[in-house]
Amino acid sequence: MSGDRISIRLVINGESVAREVEPRLNLVDFLREELGLTGTRWSCEHGVCGACTVLIDGSLARGCLVFAAQLDGVRVETIEGLSRSGAIADLQAAFQLHNAVQCGFCSAGMLLSAETLLRENQAPSRADIRQYLSGNYCRCTGYHAIIDAVEEVAKARAAKGGRP
Amino acid sequence: MRPFLLKPEHQATGAGEAGLKAPRFRYLKPHSLAEALDMLGGNASGTRLLAGGQSLVPALNMRLLEPEALIDINGLGELTGITERGGALILGALTRHAELISSPLVAKFAPLLAKAAPFIAHAAIRNRGTLGGSLAHADPAAELPACAVALDAEIHLASRTGRRRVKARDFFIGIYQTVLAPGEILVAVEIPASRPGQKNVFLELARRQGDYALCGLAFTAEIKAETIADSRAVYFGIGAKPVEAQKAEAALKGKTPLDAPDAACAALAAELAPLGDFNAGADMKRHLAQVLLRRALGQLAVS
Repeated sequence: MSGDRISIRLVINGESVAREVEPRLNLVDFLREELGLTGTRWSCEHGVCGACTVLIDGSLARGCLVFAAQLDGVRVETIEGLSRSGAIADLQAAFQLHNAVQCGFCSAGMLLSAETLLRENQAPSRADIRQYLSGNYCRCTGYHAIIDAVEEVAKARAAKGGRP
Repeated sequence: MRPFLLKPEHQATGAGEAGLKAPRFRYLKPHSLAEALDMLGGNASGTRLLAGGQSLVPALNMRLLEPEALIDINGLGELTGITERGGALILGALTRHAELISSPLVAKFAPLLAKAAPFIAHAAIRNRGTLGGSLAHADPAAELPACAVALDAEIHLASRTGRRRVKARDFFIGIYQTVLAPGEILVAVEIPASRPGQKNVFLELARRQGDYALCGLAFTAEIKAETIADSRAVYFGIGAKPVEAQKAEAALKGKTPLDAPDAACAALAAELAPLGDFNAGADMKRHLAQVLLRRALGQLAVS
């Protein structure tokens, strides 16, 4: 019975997906191995680093701490979905401009966390940004460039009435 | 999961498998509490409840646990929701940490929980982690067990044979240990109505935002005629379970917040026997506990 697969049907980046999954398969491996969505990284795999950040029903989540079997009926958005829709084009441009992407490994998680912060708080201080992104590790930039980029986008969006 | 728990024999050794992956388990999805209790029933040791999973899944990925089955209790209506009855608040076990921050009922009837929740990890963790899970997990450095003791919460437990309630201060018995019996499920947490004049302060010191506490304090006090009539000072991150500083509480009685600190800190320093960890030794934790008590009294004085 331990080999039993679980049927799930969910919406990923707006597309309906139905699969049968092994219970132990986590969301990151499901996205990467089953669906080829490799923008979501796996790294620490115990919920510390934030490289596997995704949105589940619109809320930030660690992909490594959720099993695909739990996700019947939910909506998942990954960096591919937000990237394709243009929803975070301004954040991506600012990351590039400020050299907030070096090796790029953390960028998908950083961008999803930054986008969620800006949806919740349209005028974050640098301290707010730093605090909100504290669950996403970056080993290259020293964070300053990332904070600069997010702060710039927050101000630019505020000037346009809060829209990207 | 804190890294000091990682011992070489616990690290994943699956041949040909990179990274930390959960072992195989059977996935069970009950549709009611009764069904969940039946599933848990006779096989409690080989079966684990999956709620938010924010501590359980790391433990699975590190192979600290290898349960035969996981019972996914997410979505069970009997474990969900926040209700108020005569000033008392009843929080379903599946209440997420993020809900403690956003709920108007929590803000009004248990504001200590709303103050504490932002200190728990990060937004992504708070969206999934649950109140019941945190209490049942009983990490000695976690925020919510200390709050439950400070608020004199009652923990509601259900089993196939009935229900019982346990006071939070009797619920925690050691590091990751509670009085939960095999086959029991934590279903709700009841916070009694605020006492007249009750003030709440929550303070935590950690190396970085979201880290486990070096030392934290969940503090409630009843102020009558500007003096402290009664108080509860419950520390976390310094012992095997939430530590109530009863001698310090006694020293606070009858004093104003501004008159109280020196005697209370002396009593506190004498009564605490902190467990040091790799972040801070016992002496440093004893010092930090006094710093937090002074800050808490300062906040009381200006509130």
